[in-house]
This record gives sequence, C-alpha cells and structure tokens, in this order.
Amino acid sequence: MSRIKSAFENKKALIAFVTGGDPDLETTEALIPQIAEAGADLIEIGIPFSDPIAEGIVIQEADERALKAQTTTDKLFDMVKRVREKVEIPLVFMTYINPVYTYGTERFIKKCAECGIDGVIIPDVPFEERGEVLDICEAQGVALISMIAPTSKERIHMIAREAKGFLYCVSSLGVTGVRSKITTNIKEMVDQVKAVSDIPCAIGFGISTPVQAKEMAAVADGAIVGSAIVKIIAQHGKNCIKPVCAYVKEIKAAVATV
Amino acid sequence: MEERKGRYGAYGGQYIPETLIPAVQELEQEYEKYKNDPAFQQELKDLMEKYAGRPSLLYYAEKMTKDLGGAKIYLKREDLNHTGSHKINNVLGQVLLAKKMGKTRVIAETGAGQHGVATATAAALMGLECEIFMGKEDTDRQALNCYRMELLGAKVHPVTSGTMTLKDAVNETMREWVSRMDDTLYVLGSVMGPHPFPMIVRDFQKVIGEEIKQQLMEAEGKLPDAVIACVGGGSNAMGAFYEFIPDTSVRLIGCEAAGLGVDNPKNAATITNGSVGIFHGMKSIFCQDEYGQIAPVYSISAGLDYPGIGPEHANLNETGRAQYVPVTDQEAVEAFEYLSRTEGIIPAIESAHAVAYARKIAPEFGKDQIIVVNISGRGDKDVAAIARYRGVEIFD
Repeated sequence: MSRIKSAFENKKALIAFVTGGDPDLETTEALIPQIAEAGADLIEIGIPFSDPIAEGIVIQEADERALKAQTTTDKLFDMVKRVREKVEIPLVFMTYINPVYTYGTERFIKKCAECGIDGVIIPDVPFEERGEVLDICEAQGVALISMIAPTSKERIHMIAREAKGFLYCVSSLGVTGVRSKITTNIKEMVDQVKAVSDIPCAIGFGISTPVQAKEMAAVADGAIVGSAIVKIIAQHGKNCIKPVCAYVKEIKAAVATV
Repeated sequence: MEERKGRYGAYGGQYIPETLIPAVQELEQEYEKYKNDPAFQQELKDLMEKYAGRPSLLYYAEKMTKDLGGAKIYLKREDLNHTGSHKINNVLGQVLLAKKMGKTRVIAETGAGQHGVATATAAALMGLECEIFMGKEDTDRQALNCYRMELLGAKVHPVTSGTMTLKDAVNETMREWVSRMDDTLYVLGSVMGPHPFPMIVRDFQKVIGEEIKQQLMEAEGKLPDAVIACVGGGSNAMGAFYEFIPDTSVRLIGCEAAGLGVDNPKNAATITNGSVGIFHGMKSIFCQDEYGQIAPVYSISAGLDYPGIGPEHANLNETGRAQYVPVTDQEAVEAFEYLSRTEGIIPAIESAHAVAYARKIAPEFGKDQIIVVNISGRGDKDVAAIARYRGVEIFD
C-alpha cells in the first residue's frame, strides 16, 4: 500500500502544512518528525515561492521568511532526504509550477522520488494543464494531487475520476488562510467525488479550530491545517516546535473523535 | 507540435488555480459569443470613435525625419486617445463585455496607473463598480494617477506584498478575483495572463495596426518597413504588430526596458535576460533566478517594470518574426526630451523607449523607407519623474 493511502486507512487523516525553511531549514527539519509524532498523518511541505498567488498573507509571509533565510529547492531536497529516514508518514511538496518547471520538471520529480516525497500539490496546474507534469509523475511514482473547488461543480466528476493519492478539496473561494466560518456545502462536494471514485478527500483552506477540523473530517476523509500552524511558527520562530506540536495534538484529538 | 487553444507555439496556456478555471472559461465563452455579435461590435465602435477619439492620428514627423537623415518617421498617436494612452482601447472592450456578461464590478492591476485610470474611466462611463490594485512603490511614484482614479469613482488598493510593483499588483488582483467571481470581472491590462486574456487584449488592441496600415496606405501608398513599439507585458506592441504579422517585409521591433543596463541587475529586459517559465497563468519568458523565483525588476518606467512578457511576443521572438531590443533608462529619457523638443510631443516614458530605438536605427534606413513608431501614451504623468532624474526636485 502506498504511504498516502495508508494515511487514510481506517481513520480520518490530519494533514499538516509547513513552509520549508520558515524560519530556517534547521527548524523545519526538527519540526517535521515532531509534527508526525504529535499525530499528523501526512505532512505538506511548502517550497517557498516569490509570488504565491493562491496564498493568503500568513503563508505569503512565511514564503518571504524562508526565501530570506536562503532556502532553495536543492537545500529542501537534502533536508527531506534526511527527514525521510526518521518519519514513516507520507510527505508531499506543495509549490507552484514555476519552481518545478525551472528546475526541470523531470529532474524535479525524479528528485522527489529519490528523497521519499510521495506527492506534489501544484495549485497553478489545473486539470487542463496537468500534461505539464503528469506523465513524469506517473513514471516516477509521485502522486500529482488534484484539487477541486467550490466553483468546480460539473468538473468534479472529471477531476475525481483521474485523481491520484488524495483529492484536495478547497473549502472556500479565495486564498489560503484562517476563516471564521466555512459556508460551502462540503458534504455535497465530497458526495459528488464519491459517486465516481473512492479517492480519499481532504478538506483544506480556512480550517483552524478543533471544531472546524472535526466538522470537516466528519464529512470527508481528512482535514488540512496550514495557515493556523504557520501563524504559530511566525509567532514563535525557532522556538515553535512545542507550541506547534501542542496545537497539532489538539486538532488530532478532535479529528480522531469523528 | 499540436496547436492547442490559447497557445502561441510553446507559450501561453491557462496555469491558474482550479477555483478560477470556471471564471476564465465563462469569459472565453462570452467573448466568443460577443466577438461575432454585430450589435456588440457596433457599440464598441461607437465608443471607440465618439468617446475615445479613434482613429488616432498617424503623424508624419518631418523634423525628426530630417534630423535623423534616414527613414521617414511616422508616429502613431495613441497618446491622443481619451485618458492619454492605448489602454482605453482594451478597457472599453473588456468593460463593455463585463457589462454584457451581467457583471457589476471590475477589478484591475496597474503599474504606472494608465490602465487603472482607463479602467476607472470605462467603469464610470458604464456604471460599474471599480477597484484598482497598485503596488505601493507605484502609488508613491504616481500619486497623481491614484487621485485621478479616485476622482473617477474607483477604489485604489496599495499593494504592500513582494516588491510592491506591477507583478505584485497582478498577484493581488488574482487573489481578489479568486475570492469574488460571480459579480466581478478581472480586466487585465496587457496581452498576458491565462488564456483567454492574451487573445482578448490583442483583439481589442489590434485596431492600432489596422489603422496604421490604412492610414499609411492613404499617405504613402505602401507598407511601412518597420514598426517599433515599447514592450512591458506587450499590449501596445501586439496591437501595433498584429496586422503586419503576415506582411513579412515589415520588421517588427519591440523595445524592452533595460533600466540601468542589461548587465546591471536593475533592468526589466525580459527577452534579453529572461528564460522560459510559467507564471501569472502563462508559459512565457520571465526574469527569474535558477530556482524559478521571479526576479525583482527595475525600470524608470513603471509601465514596463514587469518581469515577464506576453506569450504571443515570446513566440514571435522564437520564430524570429519580431525582434526585441533593450533600451536603457538613459536612452529613454534622452528620447523623451528629444521628441518633446523636436516635434513638440511629450511621449510617455514607456513610449520613449520606442522613440530611442527609432533614433538609433533610422539613419541606417534609406530615405524612401518608412518607420512607424507607436507613441503608446502621453508623457504628462512622467514630467515630475524626468525632472527628478535630471536633478530637479519636483513632486507630483
């Protein structure tokens, strides 16, 4: 069984996001195994990009901090390779197409496979442009994670049928970031997916409280928490490990009661 | 290679988040519908003629011609359009389209403020709500244009993320659009971004080249030997070039902003210094580092201060049909002053980049040859900045 599949096996998955290199690579390297230990079932590692158009201010600022700390794609690969020896859970990269394309798409995806990255999330590669990376991902056994959004509607079936790994369900319009309320009918979105595919559905964008995480996990296969974690990192810098792990444990407990 | 929709050779595409895909698909469908609707086309034509003042003049620059001693120089006077630049051509089309689509609000990015002012103008005229995103650097550089937009009823949002210039304004406008699509259309200002924007903006701007061809036929009975235009994203250049693409005897020359020089990091010469990448919805050429981080670019001209170029230009460059040359701040400022003194026409500092290159190559042409320079906008907005460049402390 693939690592991603096992993350959703017999449980609701908690997916945690951190920006690689925020506030520096050492902290990220120490943080990832601890987040896994605290109960995350899958970790998304953001490759910082100068112009992250799908991100709200919290992750934009994390990207800026990481780039300022001289984080590069190569240094991240090296870091992940070391982390992979310590953690069993699936690790996926979240980045934009330009850092992938400029690195050389084939070279990038091959490197992912070598370092133990299980999948890639590239928000500015929609279904119609997946040819840019799909064949290479398939050949290397790296899952190209698809996304659906509240606007996807009749596109959901088409996307879900070909989805690999898990399906990233965007909870709301707009960019990433904490929201007080999620108004989209998530259950309806997930039901549409399940009508054509048994791909696990994880809900992301705007989830920050245990109550929200529980609500989302109840109607899907997992919840993704990003900006809320990044906020704690922004607040505590190098000393973020303890507060981040306390937060992850709290969210995990909420998701586990579903 | 198979020619895909929205592709120009290897360039173009639709690299945007899933949330926005239905919005660009809706835009494409509606555009295709209205493109062939005679009533829409008539309404647009009326706006262009009775509101924007088209056709713009094609002016024979006799003094400049004599002074340079080579090709006959004609200036396409887009600076005489309402709002003072070619940007009005595109916004009248797009805002009219927005209205037909039932949208009640338009949003746009702006660099120097020309596209923002044009969008605010069209929105005021057609009764739509308007919000403009402008880098904080540029709201400071172009304070007068900010006030102008507010005067026209638009709300201006200074963008403080990233380098606080045009690319960040585009990022922020995309973020706003992804938050609110049902009543809002993004009126993109150049031949860039995801399909269908490069096509739509080109179609609304191609009137420039069509008029040049007709006006020059009337004046000289022949085609020009070269058409020169400045290129940031590339909308005025694409508008001037498009009609002439099949006429292979016509040299098409785009002038990009070389800032302090192509060997100095402070430049925005995308074709000269950039490499292929995928950003702002399109595969094209960008100024970036080896890891695909978009480079901070610089030009004295806020309108050319963009790290990319439209995908159709990238393809015209690759096929060799058009040629792209760097022009420095200093050359542009000298051309700005030259045209002011020689012809009594103060060009936009953007357009001055094209004038500078015309000065350079005109003497190499024969006296029976013709160069058309697109004066994409007027220079009133730049006077204070040029004064400061020359050490005179004037502020807007």
